[in-house]
Amino acid sequence: MSTDTSTNTSDGDAEAMTEAELRERVEELEDSVARLESDADDGQKKMTIVATKGTFDMAYPPLILASTAAAFGWDVVVFHTFWGLDILHEERSKNLQLSAVGNPSMPMPNALAALPGMDRMATRMMEKKIDDNGTATVEELIDVSLDQGVELQACQMTIDLMDYDEDDFYDDVVTGVGAATALQHMAESDVQLLV
Amino acid sequence: MSETFDITETLDVRGASCPMPVVKTKSAVDGLSEGAILEVVATDPGSVSDIDGWAAGTDGVDLLDQVEDGDEFTHYIQKTS
Repeated sequence: MSTDTSTNTSDGDAEAMTEAELRERVEELEDSVARLESDADDGQKKMTIVATKGTFDMAYPPLILASTAAAFGWDVVVFHTFWGLDILHEERSKNLQLSAVGNPSMPMPNALAALPGMDRMATRMMEKKIDDNGTATVEELIDVSLDQGVELQACQMTIDLMDYDEDDFYDDVVTGVGAATALQHMAESDVQLLV
Repeated sequence: MSETFDITETLDVRGASCPMPVVKTKSAVDGLSEGAILEVVATDPGSVSDIDGWAAGTDGVDLLDQVEDGDEFTHYIQKTS
């Protein structure tokens, strides 16, 4: 279509901008394109998961996704807050319970599920199924996640709220972090999940 | 076996289920040198799709073959860089 591009802008634009100004503008644009390319192309995917639940069943999704994402070479942060903190608590993590009440997937009516000892029984049944299926334990998933470089963070406000001690958590769990740190990671992440 | 590879190392993840086959494969590949071939033996049927997806999304690995033999799924992965 336009084979004569060299002359048809000479009257209008060249008057408004000198050649030096144009060169400067081109350099600015080249710089910003290079910046955008380096941001987009570092190939390092990032994921932030916020883990808020401390039941046996809800400990699994964040840890499975985190360890798998780390196997992909992603940079992964799991921010544990409120009951999610129990997943990182060395003692409590081994005693997480499944709630039989209000769980429509449980093969028992609520009236029965509310009886004393039912949560414990439901948990034992689930633990047996997990073992039979060769599914990893919560502790194993924490170990592999940390091994693969996942950063497991324990919300400092919740630690104080629950009267936990920093030593209660697995080694390499990061403490002393709050919502601002979590938000910063989320803003930089390709994937953000609230569990 | 449809094809024979010059296997450097074998990883046995029989009995383990998601996410362990992928997570352990990744760890095993990290310990290999360029050009080495890892054989992964699994019983998790999900490992076929998961290891395929992992290899496609990971730089420096090439999934050479996946063989189903009864209850076992064998994956051949080469470290390319």
